[in-house]
Amino acid sequence: MGSSSFIERRRMKYALVVLAAVAVVTPFLDDYYQTIVTRSFIFAIMAISLDILMGYTGLSSLGHGAYFAFGAYSAAILATKVPGVSIFVLFAAALGLSCLLAAFLGLLAIRAVGVYFLMITLSFAMVVWGLVYRWHTVTGGDNGIAVLNIPTFLGMPIGESTPFFFFTFGVFLCVLSVLYILVQSPFGKSLIGIREREARMKMLGYNTWLHKYLAFVISGTFAGISGMLWTLQNRFVGPTDVELVTSVEALLMVALGGPSTLVGPIFGAFIITFLRYWVSLYVERWYIILGATYIVTVLYAREGVLGKFEAIMARRRSRANSEPALPQSQKQTTESHT
Amino acid sequence: MNVFHLRNFVELCYNSLSYAALLFLLASGLSIIFGVMRIVNLAHAAFFLLGGYIALSVYRVLGTALWTLPVAMVVGGGVVAALAMFIERYFLRRLGQDTLAQVLVTVGFAFILFDTNILIWTGDNYMLHRPWPLDDSTVIGGISFPRYRAFMILSAVMVWAILYFAIERTRAGAIVRATVDDPQMARGVGINTNIVQMSIYGLGVFLSAMGGVVGGAFLGVSPGIDFQVLPYAFAVVIIGGLGSLTGAVVGSLVVGFVENFGTALFPELSYFALFAPMAVILAIKPTGLFGRG
Repeated sequence: MGSSSFIERRRMKYALVVLAAVAVVTPFLDDYYQTIVTRSFIFAIMAISLDILMGYTGLSSLGHGAYFAFGAYSAAILATKVPGVSIFVLFAAALGLSCLLAAFLGLLAIRAVGVYFLMITLSFAMVVWGLVYRWHTVTGGDNGIAVLNIPTFLGMPIGESTPFFFFTFGVFLCVLSVLYILVQSPFGKSLIGIREREARMKMLGYNTWLHKYLAFVISGTFAGISGMLWTLQNRFVGPTDVELVTSVEALLMVALGGPSTLVGPIFGAFIITFLRYWVSLYVERWYIILGATYIVTVLYAREGVLGKFEAIMARRRSRANSEPALPQSQKQTTESHT
Repeated sequence: MNVFHLRNFVELCYNSLSYAALLFLLASGLSIIFGVMRIVNLAHAAFFLLGGYIALSVYRVLGTALWTLPVAMVVGGGVVAALAMFIERYFLRRLGQDTLAQVLVTVGFAFILFDTNILIWTGDNYMLHRPWPLDDSTVIGGISFPRYRAFMILSAVMVWAILYFAIERTRAGAIVRATVDDPQMARGVGINTNIVQMSIYGLGVFLSAMGGVVGGAFLGVSPGIDFQVLPYAFAVVIIGGLGSLTGAVVGSLVVGFVENFGTALFPELSYFALFAPMAVILAIKPTGLFGRG
């Protein structure tokens, strides 16, 4: 999966064109589809944050619902308890709390590897869910928290669906740029090095524990933002928003779109979110579709939709180049090499 | 509630022990599957719940006399194990040792089962019937002991004894141990490791589904129970160490006691009581108490 800076940069260029097109088209859609697009971007933030850990560092976390929960509930509690709270305070709270949570959980989780890491992060997410569900006095338990007043952004009301779409889109672009700079930096390269061969990185003198820990904290911190946006968009947060499915879905978004690319998880987030809200218009049993998506992804698109797409394009290109010169048998060999 | 009052204390210990027994039924299969196949079976709790649902149908057909309980256990466990072996043969075997792929596929089946259960048995909450001799309590020294909890403890002890004997003392156990230690060598001496793995997956899921039949009269049978018990199963194997039968016993006891005492002491934050010992043990030993890493 050696994704060099060059490929990453080219992917990002194409992605920005597509994203710009989405931003232009979305305001003309009806409210329902605008909401779905906005939600897709909210989950895309979660997916690209998770990918820092999962794709780049090679640590698959099943616990990102925990940061989503911290972001979502901190926003809901502040917005209902503090009248006239600024949106920047909500941001600061979501970032700060998820950062603290990740800093604490990371101390326990980074020691574990492989399967243990998966199970520990999954348990963390379940503990946070349990906290949300049972701590009635703070979280409202089963009833959740309804947020009636959406704060303004620099004096502009963002409560309606179109302004909120642009607001989310802006936040998304900020997160994407920060994470893009991060993965292109020497730190990002060291993470890839750890994913590929941790022992060698250690021998080269890298403090691999610290690098993994930082990736864990950064990943969790940014995931908190998506929770905050979710509360503001939905105007409500309840325990079902932060259950196990949320964490697992984030994992699927990354795996489906294409891990270790920032563009892939955005695709994944759009596919899953659209499937979810579109399918639920026609079929009641969404979980069967979701489960089948998991299985089909693994069986037929192990490298993700983006990886699959790029592989097909590469094959087509090489076939076009080799068509005139090579006889049938050799052509097949070239194909199998790509 | 004063936990340190003798009567409460004995009652809590009894409850903890029976809860630990149920956790053992759930987690021992998870641990064995991981020990032999290196598969994290995230569908484990879904199979547990499916066992409970099948028992529900068995009771509806056969009635709820005492003898229908073992029938339900065997039928529930058997049907679910057959399904699991099918899944192993046609899906899991193709994935090799790709952990992420295993997670996605087993979660996928967990979700599919979740909705299928609702389609077949509706989303209502059921409580499996307890046959008459087990429905009552025995009073000893002013403390009442619900008999069904004793039945849970007995089932777990029997399962433990059979597993221990089978793994340590029989030819089949030796084959399984050989497959775990050195799969290549095992294939070399003529062991069909594919069949071993499929059988182990079936056995592990059988235990889980049977646990679901036993636990369905205790936890209830309703959609969502699967995702609620999953973290408990994980807590057990994280504490005890994956792949170790002794670890599953010790882990179940730790989680069973901590959960019951924790809930009695701090009712609002009981999930934290589960989390605390896990954190402590991981800080000391990241592979669990008896895990081999």
